[in-house]
Amino acid sequence: MIQEGFADAWQLLIHLDPSVLDAAARSVWISLLAVAAASLIGIAAGLLLARKRVLGQRFWVILFRLGMSVPTVLIGLLCFAVFSRRGALGSLELLYTSWAIVVGEFFLALPIVTTLTHGAILRLDPRVPETARTLGAGPACRVMTYLNEARLAIALAILTAFSRCFTELGIAMMVGGNLAGRTRTLTTATALETARGEFARGVAMSFILLLIALLVTLLIASSGRDMDKVKS
Amino acid sequence: MIGGNIHAMSHTFQIAWLMAGVIVGAGCQPDAASPRSRSGCRTRTDTNTDSESTASDSSVLRLASTTSTRDSGLCDVLLPMFEQLHNCRVDLIAVGTGKALRLAEAGDVDVILCHAKSAEEAFVAAGHGVRREPVMHNSFLIVGPADDPAAIQGIEPAEAIGKIGAGQHRFVSRGDDSGTHQREMELWDSVGGHPTWQDYIETGQGMGPTLIIADEMDAYLLVDMGTWLKRRDGLRLAELITEGQGLENPYAVTVVNPVKHPAIHDELAHAFADFLVSDQAQTVIADYRVNGTRLFHPDRLAQEQIE
Repeated sequence: MIQEGFADAWQLLIHLDPSVLDAAARSVWISLLAVAAASLIGIAAGLLLARKRVLGQRFWVILFRLGMSVPTVLIGLLCFAVFSRRGALGSLELLYTSWAIVVGEFFLALPIVTTLTHGAILRLDPRVPETARTLGAGPACRVMTYLNEARLAIALAILTAFSRCFTELGIAMMVGGNLAGRTRTLTTATALETARGEFARGVAMSFILLLIALLVTLLIASSGRDMDKVKS
Repeated sequence: MIGGNIHAMSHTFQIAWLMAGVIVGAGCQPDAASPRSRSGCRTRTDTNTDSESTASDSSVLRLASTTSTRDSGLCDVLLPMFEQLHNCRVDLIAVGTGKALRLAEAGDVDVILCHAKSAEEAFVAAGHGVRREPVMHNSFLIVGPADDPAAIQGIEPAEAIGKIGAGQHRFVSRGDDSGTHQREMELWDSVGGHPTWQDYIETGQGMGPTLIIADEMDAYLLVDMGTWLKRRDGLRLAELITEGQGLENPYAVTVVNPVKHPAIHDELAHAFADFLVSDQAQTVIADYRVNGTRLFHPDRLAQEQIE
């Protein structure tokens, strides 16, 4: 079955199967958008929690850490309840659109980026803030210094969030609905092929998903070529 | 200072989490070794040599069935009866008909209970199955928005499908090769082919989720009676066509060919087929009701025996 899957994946790729390309492109842009939004807010929140005294600090830190364990089906369920016609935001008609998946994946990614950024800033050498301050750096300049010093860990935080979003199934299935050509992603397509009994095609879809994940990983790795030498 | 505090705290937390994990893990252990585990069952059978049980040496029957029989609750009644009669255990794998047939073809299950007559007959003809017995039937129905923009209420199913296609009204399809999806395709075939238009939507999901999607999107839908009766409360969709040619929904049990797959427990599989067509099981099927409505009509009882 796995060999068949390889062969199928190859066939789907070289023939640029339109349904696969469609699902793959949708998976990529949904995850990228969700992670981009979550990174903007999550990195800021992580920085804030690590460097400033915030009301209910412990509560927030624990909340975000707990947030990493929230199952995607629960996020999907909550988003469904909100976006359903009977829900609070039903009038927006977002249910069964890709935008609903973006919102759900944003809440999946946010705790990951926040928690890992928070941890990364906390682990910085204490001389970094001291030195920055001594050299007379303003707040903006200090923030840039912290981010720069922790950039490997932050890049990994973003990559982790992307991996989670790109491979999640619960949210996409629940609020996207796996509608062919509208909200079908690589993971919901894989689930469908499995339900159909087309196991090799399911394996093929997953290979394509892994291939794209590899590309993204390499992209992020190459954007910080010197990262693994930071400490030496 | 603050950073240091939190760092210390986070360390404490890490340890707490680890411990919680260990405790939870330990708590799960007894479950993993419950008497229902495969090895436990085997042992029971092996030592039970003087029993009159007709079960073969492997007392686990693997049944692939459609999700509708599981979701309707019928299997919860029938399977324990069979398990008691034959001193065995039935593992129910509830999947769409397409997948059930694939599992059977690969020899991963011993017997299937499905509702796609032509696909099952082809399965037997190809030598994958040895015996197919009609068990029961109910029907499909076409539901849709209450204002019925395609004006199909009460007309013939094929004509209705044609009108929905011609008017390009919103229609939600399972699109998952299930028995219901195959029936929908047969209806499309009867009006000249498979449709594609902007508002023909394939969900690729089971009947329950697809029904919810159709309800949220105000779309037409072919649905099996069992799922509809169970789920219709709280939905805005209306019953539009409940009878007519092409809406019958026959369930049959098919025994997988043991010659092709030596691991198949064919003795137990045949016993299961015998059981489903026996008066005992047929009466249970006839008496099974959800919210006062009969879900399945037995095929093997004389008409006067029903009711």
